[in-house]
Amino acid sequence: MYPDNLRYTKEHEWVKVEGATGTIGITDHAQKELGDIVYVDLPKVGAVVETGKSLGSVESVKAVSEIYAPVSGEVLEINAMLSASPEKLNEDPHGEAWLVKVKLSSPDEINQLMSAADYRKHLGEA
Amino acid sequence: MRYLPKSDAERRQMLDEIGARSLDDLFAHLPEPVRLNRALDIAPGRSEYEIVDYFNKLGAQCGNYPSFLGAGVYRHYRPVLCDVVVSRGEFLTSYTPYQAEIAQGSLTTIFEFQTMVCQLTGMDVANASMYDGSTAVPEAALMAMRVTGRERIVVARAVHPEYRAVLDTNARNREMSVVEFAYDASTGLSDLAALEAAMDNQTAAVIMQSPNFFGGVESVKAAAEIAHKHGALLVLVFTEAVSLGLLKPPCEADIVCGELQSFAISPSYGGPFAGVIATKEKFLRQMPGRLAGQTKDSNGNRAFCLTLSTREQHIRREKATSNICTNQALIALMATVFMTVYGKKGLRELATQNLSKAHYLGGQLARKFSAPYFNELVATPRRAAGLVNDELLGQGIVGGLDLGRFYPELSGSLLLCATEMSQRADMDKVAEAINRA
Repeated sequence: MYPDNLRYTKEHEWVKVEGATGTIGITDHAQKELGDIVYVDLPKVGAVVETGKSLGSVESVKAVSEIYAPVSGEVLEINAMLSASPEKLNEDPHGEAWLVKVKLSSPDEINQLMSAADYRKHLGEA
Repeated sequence: MRYLPKSDAERRQMLDEIGARSLDDLFAHLPEPVRLNRALDIAPGRSEYEIVDYFNKLGAQCGNYPSFLGAGVYRHYRPVLCDVVVSRGEFLTSYTPYQAEIAQGSLTTIFEFQTMVCQLTGMDVANASMYDGSTAVPEAALMAMRVTGRERIVVARAVHPEYRAVLDTNARNREMSVVEFAYDASTGLSDLAALEAAMDNQTAAVIMQSPNFFGGVESVKAAAEIAHKHGALLVLVFTEAVSLGLLKPPCEADIVCGELQSFAISPSYGGPFAGVIATKEKFLRQMPGRLAGQTKDSNGNRAFCLTLSTREQHIRREKATSNICTNQALIALMATVFMTVYGKKGLRELATQNLSKAHYLGGQLARKFSAPYFNELVATPRRAAGLVNDELLGQGIVGGLDLGRFYPELSGSLLLCATEMSQRADMDKVAEAINRA
């Protein structure tokens, strides 16, 4: 369920590092807790996000949750598909429904994040 | 709100409960200078008959004078049906319709209100109402700031001066800077060259009013082009909702906000009124205030509910689009009934009557400004404006607004308004008083 090539936060975001780029999303656990997702609010390309600070929000039929940046960097790309099809976040949160790609400003930050095994343990599924 | 009287025995019981010897003992910790050590200066109780008599006598002193004051509050006929509907207990005593299953009546009227406001303004979506037109202006400015990520607001001087004052109050303690641009001294319309000069790439919104404070009908399209060229939104404000019955809907604007007092809301010393914000669908999520939406119930029947509440304070807390967490449901209902009574054709006829009467009045005066106007106009009496108003009052007529109060450069000029209520004989008296040397 939680791919080994992603790193995870306690707030249920994930990041996938490829070179200097980090792709950020929310976890399957997060989408399940939120329920049917109806709107995703993302930053503009070029915005600078900071670890632990809000980079946007996800709105479901029952709640709105902040998305906290797992890593710092400049936003290179946002997932345009989500504005028309926010429900994709319920269907494929670790793949197609990534949220933003950032240019990592401190690649070492990734070491502070949980591995898939740690995240499963964090969820109490170990 | 219920009034719950307390008997002396109940007061005693409450004091005993908290261990206070007397009412004075309860307040003993308050510093002496702030305490009022005497009874309130209120006359002793009177009978119901005496009270009604008192207010009848007081009311008789005011008289029901024909008035030529406009400037944001207009004298229009209020159809009897408005008060009949609004006085129904189901509306009068109802609370916020959070529970859709017990509030279909309220929700239906709010949905109809929003629909009619959209039809009038040419926008895609309207909220369930704001406190009034003046507070809708800073809400529209804040909305434009959220949409654009910018913090500068450019506002026309021909926007209602009190609306601008409310905008300034809102801007004072937040990251909003407000600059004004001039009106053309000959047309009385916003000076678009001055607007162009005031623009920069940090401007979130241009705020313009039409008909403007001097009654002039602005070019919404031209202002929208300038705003959009610089990546800003155009916020179009209206104070005289009846004008929307005749003027082209301001659909080139991005946000339309204004005051609905003209739609059967009694002036009542300045409120409560009902404002509104309407916008394009793409800006829906940045909109402040409550929204009613259409849905289906579990049996597949058409039903209504509050929707998109995730923008609102009770859910989003400090991230809410606005701290406006209520609306003017009952007052907005007056406007809803008014719009329903008049309908599209009736509102057009009403607006035409306003235009005709104001132009009858304006036709007898040397107008200060040359722009096309709806039901308000500016004229400069040959004598002191105060003198003219005093003289009219002596004839049982309330004259115009001396513009010097808000625009020093226009001191001595009167802003006059004629509506469907204005009678020819009174308009002739006003024109005569203004024209006399």
